[in-house]
Amino acid sequence: MSETLDTRDRGGPAQPLLAVRGLVKHFVSKGGLFSKGPIVRAVDGVDFEVMKGETLGVVGESGCGKSTTARLLMQINQPDRGEIVFDGELLGSRALDLKTYRRQVQMVFQDSYASLNPRLTVEETVAFGPQSHGQSRKEALGRAHDLLRRVGLEPRRFGGRYPHEVSGGQRQRVNIARALALEPRLLILDEAVSALDKSVEAQVLNLLADLKRDFGLTYIFISHDLNVVRFMSDRVMVMYLGQVAELGPADDILASPRHPYTAALLASQPSTDPQARISEAPLTGDPPNPINPPPGCRFHTRCRFAAPVCSTREPGLDPVAPSHLAACHMAVPGSGHPEAPSLPMAA
Amino acid sequence: MTTPTSLASADPGAAAAAPVEIAEAPIQAGRGYWGSVLARLVRDPVAMAAAFVILCIVLAAIFAPLIAPMDPFKGSMIRRLKPVGDATYWLGSDELGRDMLSRLLYAGRLSLFMGVLPVVIAFFIGSGLGILAGYAGGWINTLIMRVVDVFFAFPSVLLAIALSGALGAGILNSIVSLTVVFVPQITRVAESVTVQIRNRDYVEAARVSGANPFRVVRVQVLGNVLGPVFVYATSLISVSMILASGLSFLGLGVKPPEPEWGLMLNTLRTAIYVNPLVAALPGVMIFLTSISFNLLSDGLRSAMEVRQ
Amino acid sequence: MNAPLRTPDAATDALVHVRNLTVDFLGGRKPVRAVGGVDFDLKAGDALALLGESGSGKSVTLRALMRLLPEKRTRIGGTVRVDGQDVLALGRRSLAAYRGGTVAMIFQDPGLALDPVYKIGDQIAEAVVRHEGASFAKGRARALELFERVHIPSPARRLDAYPHEMSGGMRQRAMIALALACKPKLLLADEPTTALDATVQIQILLLLRELQRDLGLAVIFVTHDVGVAVQVADRVAVMYGGHLVEVGASGEVIGTPAHPYTHGLLASRITPDSPKGLRLATIPGSPPDLADPPPGCPFEPRCSLAAPPCRAGLPERVAVAPGHAARCVRIGEALGAAPHAAA
Repeated sequence: MSETLDTRDRGGPAQPLLAVRGLVKHFVSKGGLFSKGPIVRAVDGVDFEVMKGETLGVVGESGCGKSTTARLLMQINQPDRGEIVFDGELLGSRALDLKTYRRQVQMVFQDSYASLNPRLTVEETVAFGPQSHGQSRKEALGRAHDLLRRVGLEPRRFGGRYPHEVSGGQRQRVNIARALALEPRLLILDEAVSALDKSVEAQVLNLLADLKRDFGLTYIFISHDLNVVRFMSDRVMVMYLGQVAELGPADDILASPRHPYTAALLASQPSTDPQARISEAPLTGDPPNPINPPPGCRFHTRCRFAAPVCSTREPGLDPVAPSHLAACHMAVPGSGHPEAPSLPMAA
Repeated sequence: MTTPTSLASADPGAAAAAPVEIAEAPIQAGRGYWGSVLARLVRDPVAMAAAFVILCIVLAAIFAPLIAPMDPFKGSMIRRLKPVGDATYWLGSDELGRDMLSRLLYAGRLSLFMGVLPVVIAFFIGSGLGILAGYAGGWINTLIMRVVDVFFAFPSVLLAIALSGALGAGILNSIVSLTVVFVPQITRVAESVTVQIRNRDYVEAARVSGANPFRVVRVQVLGNVLGPVFVYATSLISVSMILASGLSFLGLGVKPPEPEWGLMLNTLRTAIYVNPLVAALPGVMIFLTSISFNLLSDGLRSAMEVRQ
Repeated sequence: MNAPLRTPDAATDALVHVRNLTVDFLGGRKPVRAVGGVDFDLKAGDALALLGESGSGKSVTLRALMRLLPEKRTRIGGTVRVDGQDVLALGRRSLAAYRGGTVAMIFQDPGLALDPVYKIGDQIAEAVVRHEGASFAKGRARALELFERVHIPSPARRLDAYPHEMSGGMRQRAMIALALACKPKLLLADEPTTALDATVQIQILLLLRELQRDLGLAVIFVTHDVGVAVQVADRVAVMYGGHLVEVGASGEVIGTPAHPYTHGLLASRITPDSPKGLRLATIPGSPPDLADPPPGCPFEPRCSLAAPPCRAGLPERVAVAPGHAARCVRIGEALGAAPHAAA
């Protein structure tokens, strides 16, 4: 069961398990009778890689495109543009068809209740995937029992229950078991612990850490909770209005953020020390609507460091430190922003 | 499962050995979804009363030969239109002197048959079309639903009469035309429920597991769609019975001397001034049966809505 | 049993005075005791955070203070006095005046308070007219004042907006403005920031604190988030299984928790300093079944310090420090250091 040496591994450890290039998804919102509605730029040019065995954390506020990105990766929605390369093979090419890809990439949804069929027992839900891939009912139920045991649910007690007969934390364990039933290599966790109580959340996070180690999994961990993301992730990607704002090692990003948005997110976390209460909100207003994103840097409307260049030119996602990228004019020498570091002297 | 673990057992060394915490569920494992629906339905006095009435009518129809006091076809010209409460004819006699009670009992057979069968057939066809349209989406949906819309342009009574008229009188033709009337209605309900279910997370999770669409529909969609459609279909039984009776009344359905409530209502209409009570009896039966089906369907609906 | 879980002083000048509050939900096969005897006081102008997980009874307690629970299916017992009024004995008329006039409530979902088909300014004006008998124009003037008070940008224009035309944070501000329309003395907040993004949440928390300070408003804030509780209130009451298990100044409760549940809850939190790869401490098991609660301390079945006396009955409150008390018979035993110093 434990796969230290995965036979499906093609490119070796140096090759990213997943590479995403230029991912774009625009939704046309509901318009009038004869006109199409405005375009929602849910994901607007996203590039990133996920290395084998790592956890990539994704943070951002509502409308930042993190959930849409997950759904594009799962091919629940089709991207308008962009490539998904899994272990060196382009998705949709002859070497990697959708069915093979889906066996290797699975997802755990946020709402533990909505993601379980109310008419199926826990074991039937977990056995569904293996049965769809040709296992007999008996084999699949056996596998379901193994997995339920693995996620901490005694199959004899829980296997025959319906979703409404188990608690929220237990339901999320079932969802995890279901996702693992196809032996995926990449697991996308879309706010998978956000709806749980803190004490239950800790149990599920421990479980996820165990599973990752035992099954040699790679995670994309999507959450709005910075503390949890930092704790779980090797690298973190911060998204804002459908684009990547900052991407880099978790500790670097959260200790010394290079994008003002990341800094503001961090500064918005209430402290548990009454002496360290926040006295001024780091940002004002709500995140803008992705229907009409502002020109230039998308964050400039809320950024306290905004300069003229920010509203005219869109910053690229540029390296600011080793393996640390940020999309901010302030981080790039010679960008035209007054706070930008000066250009190195020509030798 | 509540082994005494230190509250602050937060040292990484113990991590590997630490068992996965199993949370105790305070909820008892119980019957499945339909079991709990049934349990709630049993507690609904109105639905249970309706179910009892339906059961009585069905049993009376099935065992009509055993319990009917007389031959429903044998008339007597001298004992016509006896009133309700007659010593021999407990519920009176009809315009040909046949025993009303016996005829009402026998009539239940055909009336129930014509009420239920078209709905059952339409349930299968309509659910199939609706689920196909709802799940496949795109041009298949457009094709099916636009055709359905065409049928909706006609009032169902008119449609049933027109079809029966075109096909000719007879039991089989009535059933066909009633089925055609109900298929679009059930299709529309099945389609809208399927569209809702299709976008649920659990259906998406099943789709991304790589299962083929038929399996996803069979395992994940079907059970969740058929419930609400079934409830809707039970509410159509009363409509079907009334329409079938209407067709018979117009001479498009069952032919005399076959006993059928709608037809009896027709033939007795001449006696409405002579013996109104007897003339109304078939109508009372139609009313009683259809309202019972409606009440049962309402009870079923509310029993299915409550979750947990 | 009825010993109040609070400091002994100021019992007389308290704005909110709750003694042995119980709430039972009827209608099921067995009555469910959602709140099992809660005591607390709150002075005018103070803020209290009710901290607890789902099913702890925190929201039910809050709703009982406003009598928002369905009358037919609930039985409320004990004493609730707010601003001198016996809340549980109020008749229909006085209850209507009490809601809004003395106490107002804000929710996680603004849809519970804001009517989607009326302009927000009109809704506020309407409330003022109904409660104070003022003219509609005066109500609109008050609405504008309140919109400025809760820092809604271009307030005059926004008065004519419908709830769906506003963003999430703005709707929350509008709901707060509506709650303040009739100058209540006590604001009940039921997780009003849980659904908001972090950068918006902090704005709303700061606004509530500002209103508390500037208007002398007493606030009871229900939350499951320790950080939010500390940000918004000086005193924290921890709820578990329908009981207040620990009350005290927020710094003390968080820094030196006395009750094993509080301790476990804090230990399972991830903080900015939690080392990576660390196995998180967890509380084994899950909360009690309120239809069949444990005989003694509600936390006893999950508690690592559980002993026979814990099963004997609900533990009395024990003062740990001035203004800091917990319902536990084994306070101070082997809990070890604070899970993490509040830093």
